[in-house]
Amino acid sequence: MSILDIRQHAGYLFLAVTLGHVILISAQVNSRSGVPVLEAVTFGLFAEVQRGSSAGVTGVSGFWHRYGSLRSVERENAELKQQLETVQVELQEQRALADRARGLQELLDLRDRSKLKTIAAEVIALSASPDFQTLTLDKGTNYALRTDMAVIANDGVVGRIVVPSGRAAKVQLLIDRNAAAGALVERSRAQGVVKGTGDGRLQLEFVSEAADVAVGDLVVTSGIEGIFPKGFTIGRVEVVEKTGPAYKRITVKPAVDFSRLEEVLVVLTPTPAREAEESRE
Amino acid sequence: MRAAGVTLAIILALVLQTTLSRFLVRGTFAVDLVLVVVVYVALMSGPVTGLLTGTVAGLIQDTLSTGVIGIGGLAKTVVGFLAGIIGTQFIVARPLPRFLVFFSATVLHQTITIGLGVVLGLRTLGSPYAGVAGQALGNAVVGVAAFQLVELLPGAVERRKMARTRLRR
Repeated sequence: MSILDIRQHAGYLFLAVTLGHVILISAQVNSRSGVPVLEAVTFGLFAEVQRGSSAGVTGVSGFWHRYGSLRSVERENAELKQQLETVQVELQEQRALADRARGLQELLDLRDRSKLKTIAAEVIALSASPDFQTLTLDKGTNYALRTDMAVIANDGVVGRIVVPSGRAAKVQLLIDRNAAAGALVERSRAQGVVKGTGDGRLQLEFVSEAADVAVGDLVVTSGIEGIFPKGFTIGRVEVVEKTGPAYKRITVKPAVDFSRLEEVLVVLTPTPAREAEESRE
Repeated sequence: MRAAGVTLAIILALVLQTTLSRFLVRGTFAVDLVLVVVVYVALMSGPVTGLLTGTVAGLIQDTLSTGVIGIGGLAKTVVGFLAGIIGTQFIVARPLPRFLVFFSATVLHQTITIGLGVVLGLRTLGSPYAGVAGQALGNAVVGVAAFQLVELLPGAVERRKMARTRLRR
């Protein structure tokens, strides 16, 4: 290195010379522990280097270990997710089975309570047109199902069979605009006819002006039309409108949630009216 | 050539220093001639020469003393370097700036020397302020005088030569 170069790097030269002096001084002076300062400082510096390198190695090792663990966790996570999905599907299946078992149990209880001859059927389809409220059962004439047989559920009346086939039957729901059933206000024994409106509600008609009907009253079947057995729940009075002494409109909310029907009972026992009619035939 | 001159100046300063060591102020020699030479060379030649001069002079001074070798070297290296920077960055051509530089350089030199001694447990701090101030004053006076002497010397020689020539005529 030429003199010119040295002059251009005076700062480096100064640092080098200063460092040389420090080392020289340190080599001659003992620290408080009796160890030469140079040795102590060198050892201290080297120890820091060792600490740094150790930390670096530990860090890299830890990083690599964490990376490996992360990959393992990722794989495990994917497997667990798949297992979770499988378990969720199984859970849904089990829940559906439990719901179905519960529904069937309720139907069984209903059959025991009603002392009617019934047969359980499963809902396999709903109405093909939104203008008509029907559903299809998985049993038909092969199971002795006939036209105008009442279909009931645990919550109440569902409707009547309108088209039976060998292995299926179409049921007209009570809320269909063409459906009707003899009804009775349970509290006041006021009679009338419930008719479907097509929008999920029922209208109670032909109620006497003297009859006592109030919102919340339970409406049950009267059996007068010869299709539905007497005393089964139709719904509760939701709206009562009067024009003078006469009832203008009585709206009944069905007890059955028709959108959630899965199993129903078809009443095989004919009503007295139907029995008389059949005997006449 | 310059290196030889600097070396000669250092040796001369050391000789004078050892000869005049009886002039003491509270245990500290009032004038550090080696330091004066270092600052002078630094002001005249820049930081590199200054720090190299300080290093060599300080180490020689240390080896001649009984203390830790390197402390004086380090102090004079720092002073030489900084004085060289001041000499290149500022115009230090009048007595007062030179006085301030010598004075400050001495204070810095003593601060480093005493500070290192205290840090390394070689001495106690005590109350060195009067001694440091005295030495700084002495160094500053000697340094400024040296500058004046050197600057006047070439002119005096020329004037004497010219006077001799006139007498011969």
